[in-house]
Amino acid sequence: MKPDYQSKIGSEAERLELRDRLAGKFRSFLPDESVLVDEEDLRPYECDGLSAYRQLPMICVLPHDIEQVQSVMRICSELEVPVVARGAGTGLSGGALPLNDGVLLSLSRFNQIIEVDEANRTARVQPGVRNLAISEHVSDLGLYYAPDPSSQIACSIGGNVAENSGGVHCLKYGLTVHNILKLEVVTVDGELITIGNDTYDSPGLDLLALMTGSEGMLGVIVEITVKLLPKPEVARVVLAAFDDVQRAGDAVAGIIGAGIIPGGLEMMDNPSIRAAEDFVRAGYPVDAAAILLCELDGTEEEVVDDIERVRGLLQGCGATEVRVAADDDERARFWSGRKGAFPAVGRISPDYYCIDGTIPRRHLGHVLTRISELSDEFGLRVANVFHAGDGNLHPLILYDANIEGELERTEQLGGKILEMCVEVGGTVTGEHGVGIEKINEMCIQFTDGALTQFHAVKAAFDPDGLLNPGKAVPTLARCAEFGAMHVHGGNLPHPELERF
Amino acid sequence: MVASDKAGFADPAIAALASQVVDAAASGTALRIVGGDTKRFYGGTLDGEVVSTAGLTGVISYDPTELVVHVGAGTTLTELQETLRNEGQMLAFEPPHFGAGSTVGGMVAAGVSGPRRPFGGSVRDHVLGAGLINGRGEHLAFGGQVMKNVAGYDVSRLVTGSLGTLGIITDVSFKVLPLPAFEQTLRLDHIDAGEAITLMSGWMSTAAPISALAHTSGSLYVRLSGARKAVQASAKTLGGDVVDDGDVFWTQLRDHTLDDLGGDDVLWRVCVSPATPALDFGDAARCTIDWGGAQRWVTGYQGDIESVRALASGAGGHATLFRGASDRSTVFAPLAPAVLKIQSRLKAAFDPKGIFNPGRLYADF
Ligand SMILES: Cc1cc2nc3c(=O)[nH]c(=O)nc-3n(C[C@H](O)[C@H](O)[C@H](O)COP(=O)(O)OP(=O)(O)OC[C@H]3O[C@@H](n4cnc5c(N)ncnc54)[C@H](O)[C@@H]3O)c2cc1C
Repeated sequence: MKPDYQSKIGSEAERLELRDRLAGKFRSFLPDESVLVDEEDLRPYECDGLSAYRQLPMICVLPHDIEQVQSVMRICSELEVPVVARGAGTGLSGGALPLNDGVLLSLSRFNQIIEVDEANRTARVQPGVRNLAISEHVSDLGLYYAPDPSSQIACSIGGNVAENSGGVHCLKYGLTVHNILKLEVVTVDGELITIGNDTYDSPGLDLLALMTGSEGMLGVIVEITVKLLPKPEVARVVLAAFDDVQRAGDAVAGIIGAGIIPGGLEMMDNPSIRAAEDFVRAGYPVDAAAILLCELDGTEEEVVDDIERVRGLLQGCGATEVRVAADDDERARFWSGRKGAFPAVGRISPDYYCIDGTIPRRHLGHVLTRISELSDEFGLRVANVFHAGDGNLHPLILYDANIEGELERTEQLGGKILEMCVEVGGTVTGEHGVGIEKINEMCIQFTDGALTQFHAVKAAFDPDGLLNPGKAVPTLARCAEFGAMHVHGGNLPHPELERF
Repeated sequence: MVASDKAGFADPAIAALASQVVDAAASGTALRIVGGDTKRFYGGTLDGEVVSTAGLTGVISYDPTELVVHVGAGTTLTELQETLRNEGQMLAFEPPHFGAGSTVGGMVAAGVSGPRRPFGGSVRDHVLGAGLINGRGEHLAFGGQVMKNVAGYDVSRLVTGSLGTLGIITDVSFKVLPLPAFEQTLRLDHIDAGEAITLMSGWMSTAAPISALAHTSGSLYVRLSGARKAVQASAKTLGGDVVDDGDVFWTQLRDHTLDDLGGDDVLWRVCVSPATPALDFGDAARCTIDWGGAQRWVTGYQGDIESVRALASGAGGHATLFRGASDRSTVFAPLAPAVLKIQSRLKAAFDPKGIFNPGRLYADF
């Protein structure tokens, strides 16, 4: 997959000349070690968490204050050089993939927690701060930051905002968009704007919601005010095993139908259970077709009540085994398998590819059956982990990049899975973003009209298309090309465009 | 349902609205989008030929175990809430009605949330998807009917609170939540605003199952929601007297029918960071505090607009002339020039001819 982006640079000589000119300008306000141009220095920035795609940037800058970011943006705007922002580079959709003729703007030096407002339960943080560092920092105050992506020890809060990241607790506590109050953003022409404020809403159009999940396409986030929540008095987790995946899915519907909103509700299928058990010894039943992890949190009285109800519901839904973690240690162990599922799968296969669709939960049985059929068809193993409470599915396709053609087949299989998610009324990305990875599948989910509207939204912030160009929203030309090979809903999409 | 251009109800109603939009754009006629018209008092100037969402009624899909409902914009709030209540569910943002005919589209366009907001989230927090007829007369679908969805820009949340300036909202999908098993309202009397703010702020830093906190006329009101035992245990720690008809109080606060909020007085909505100490709005002013301190409703304010705006922004927030303004061109706090520029461009991106509700949000668009 290539970004939908046409370089304006004619020759390599021209590119190097531009690079040196830029480097000269950047070095007038940045120390030498913050302006990288040599290949060996640029290597660490050639990809994000989707390492199948790699591209060295022309130049990488590491500013450490807001004025410097403004200067970088002013210079790039003036010279019409594209800019890709980067947080920790853990993104899984190639959102931070650099451009050969572009600047990679790393926010990694913005790593300070500026201020904690205990009375209002908020924290002002720089974008490069790691997600988990926030909760650790305020833990003594009995507070925490709720969204907890599995990558939370590494990913940056700026990246979280740019992707609207979720985690295992977002059914109850929401996504990033529900847990931030205010952003400081540097626009494409270097202006600093404030979006949102210290209260619960702000006048005018809701730019805070629009910026969240905008994948670095609308502005560079240089400061974030996050909401902090009081830690629940108690949290307990129940593990239930099932000999049938559909039954596990029905149990999820049963719990929610009974009016219980668990703090976390996760499912793993047998291949994931085995991989995780081998990796962390979480004590999972390795013969189960699926397990559910259901965390209940709140006051002591509430949790005691809910645990009993959930236990009954799970047994009623045909669980073969129901275990309640005896203490916090066991609770942590139950979770360790789930949180370590990706690296665990990484151990049993040379490479794995993480898919990120969301479906209405009632289609879970059908979708998992189809995935297993597709897995046979393509000759590629698939392990499934599932944010079951909110329908966000992560099939992990196991492959070997060293085998000729296997990555391509993996991508095709991934594409098929995402198309199926759209078919059953879901979406091609629940939390990892479109990036370059799912840019084709966007053509399936959205009509030309909606895509055109997205481009118009981007142009309102970035008229010349310099911020992360070619990602997140496909051009209609790409969709026409892609559509020529795909027919959906019985109609050829984009009938008004010429076919190739 | 998939994000497609079909919103799921009889297309003729959509087609008729779309062609009305195309004509209006061609002739440069302003359109005033109307649901139940219960919020005509709210926002900037009213201008244009009326277009009604009355043809877009009904629940399109609802599966309680998915926690998602998809409804036509012209559906009344009352009907939607009854549908949900029958399944033991609710809109967790407790939207005000401000009148019997209040519609789903109007509620989303206004983006006003009720007392549960700090604890349950806002209207926009629960919007999952929306259909929109833009200024080119195109009917587009954004978001969807699933809880987690980051494909494309979050346009359905952008139109929430846009007061109809970006297009005609045709249908909306919401995340819904179970009704609490048990609720109880407590009242603590003889407490002034300053003490109330301190108490509320302290309670909000605990894990107590609080779902609303307000202070009016010297009394502090607390609503607890959740498992019966949990509510009763918390009630003991918080103190105060149990209010028998607690629901009545919260509904009056929500819909501004409390004595201190109703009437024809000018009503200011002053939003600040919640722990902000009591603010001085002058001797004649009366202030009702909601949202645990974050939303302060002020009547009888005699000072000038600039002073109340400065008071609000000094406390991290903003002030809105919510009701009764004689001049409706400046009801919302002015935007910084760079932000106004982006908002104006966004408006043009959806509505190039500027036909939808001109002046309802800002005089500039
Ligand atoms: C093992 C593993 C587990 C994961 N688990 C989860 C999970 O449970 N839930 C989940 O949601 N995600 C998960 N992710 C994905 C990833 O961690 C998140 O998307 C994360 O938010 C990315 O943050 P980052 O700092 O690494 O961003 P990057 O990868 O550096 O960038 C991501 C995107 O954001 C943009 N960006 C970054 N910073 C800024 C900024 N300051 N201003 C503007 N744009 C910016 C970039 O241009 C890019 O488009 C996982 C990833 C891995 C590797």
